[in-house]
Amino acid sequence: MPLSNEIMAELRKDYIYNLMVKGEREDGRTFDQYRDITIDTNVIEKAEGSARVRLGDTLLVVGVKIQPGTPFPDTPDQGVIITNLELIPLASPVFESGPPREDAIELARVVDRGIRESGAIDLSKLCVTPGEKVWMVFIDVHVLDDGGNIMDAASLGAIAALMTAKLPAKRFDLGEDSPVPIRDVPVAVTAVEVGGSIMLDPSLNEESIAGTKLTVISNQDGCLSGMQKSGVHPLTTEQINYIVDNAIEKAKELRQKFLEI
Amino acid sequence: MSKPEKLIENGIRLDGRKPDEIRPIKIKVGVLNRADGSCYFEFGGNKVIAAVYGPREVHPRHQQKSTSAVVRYRYNMASFSVEERKRPGPDRRSIEVSKVSREALEPVIFEEYFPRSAIDIFVEVLQADAGTRTAGINAASIALADAGIPMKSLVSACAVGKVDDTLVLDLNKDEDNYGQADMPIAMTPDGKITLLQMDGHLTRDEFKEGLEMAKSGCMAISEMQKAALLEKYSGQIGGDAVE
Repeated sequence: MPLSNEIMAELRKDYIYNLMVKGEREDGRTFDQYRDITIDTNVIEKAEGSARVRLGDTLLVVGVKIQPGTPFPDTPDQGVIITNLELIPLASPVFESGPPREDAIELARVVDRGIRESGAIDLSKLCVTPGEKVWMVFIDVHVLDDGGNIMDAASLGAIAALMTAKLPAKRFDLGEDSPVPIRDVPVAVTAVEVGGSIMLDPSLNEESIAGTKLTVISNQDGCLSGMQKSGVHPLTTEQINYIVDNAIEKAKELRQKFLEI
Repeated sequence: MSKPEKLIENGIRLDGRKPDEIRPIKIKVGVLNRADGSCYFEFGGNKVIAAVYGPREVHPRHQQKSTSAVVRYRYNMASFSVEERKRPGPDRRSIEVSKVSREALEPVIFEEYFPRSAIDIFVEVLQADAGTRTAGINAASIALADAGIPMKSLVSACAVGKVDDTLVLDLNKDEDNYGQADMPIAMTPDGKITLLQMDGHLTRDEFKEGLEMAKSGCMAISEMQKAALLEKYSGQIGGDAVE
């Protein structure tokens, strides 16, 4: 990193830290407040399901493609979910072309775990012929503008797209089209730790100076289905419990507001 | 093997452990000649070996940082380490494991002592039996100390999970495959958490309790790590000249 970037980072850190001490954030939010969210579904007609998510300055599109395929040998009667996310150079001056790097892989795998581990999709209902043919659900996240907290935006987009997705049975001569069997609505809530304080939904600047992010994914029943700490700064048990409590509450709120069926 | 009917019977797990018991651990420090520091770590059926090189020059040079060392961590599974042969080389899982493992160790390393240099940690999983990332972190932490890298403390890692609606420490392979939740955790001896991942299904209270269980597991491992390092190095301190 050129030195000027490091100096800028220090200045930014100072600025955000000083605000934080006063209990403020650069965009005037409270520590547990999300930026404005808009979710539009069915924005891509060719996809079986899709969602465009705006979370503050962050913009991304999630497309769900579904097609028949062969099941994995160890789960012959279950459908397959494959999640992909790329940080393409269109979305930020610091993203580069080439194979996904660890941050993109981490994002994709946490979004995937949220959908998978929460049991959001009833995979047994995605089986057409056991051992031979099952539905393969491809969730592809296209980040278009990185304004921070891609994780939560991508998770919201993934479940929103799935909730509107259809199994294209007719096209493959497998009967009538039907909705993807949704059982749960997992919501990811990400917090950052800055100078000992915890803030939800970090903006790009907050994210860039934060020591640590913690993503907490919870289900409709208020239970946890996934978690990921990311970043080098350690967290205390108290901080983690505080984040988990807040994340579960916030997830309820977001689910009610944006993901009610 | 297919799913066993019960993973816990009368409070005892299939491998004979109590819910809050970790698997046997074997540690050997300084097992490699070329590496600056190394450690062989057995954690139940896991056999992992960690090597540390550095501080040394950074290649490629654009990765170097002007105010601190870069720490790099490569977690790799041998193709023969699992039941079904694993395709050699990095996959998405091992890239993620490498990232979170590096971040689990970085907080204890005095990176600012070595600007423009690299500290490379290589972890090779020779045999996998659930909990390879925690075994890798435990091994790497010792290998860093063995390499003489200045550290604030060791890091210890251990998973906690849920099987048959019971919280259990340090999942084995069946418990990992058929359990309801898995939560690997790494921490420093003063209880700061440096790695936290979770998947599955846990209530708030189970999570809190699990965190405490993981803590006790990590503390036990921490003592063993210390003992292993002392065993190798205590003879070299003082020595005949003082006696």
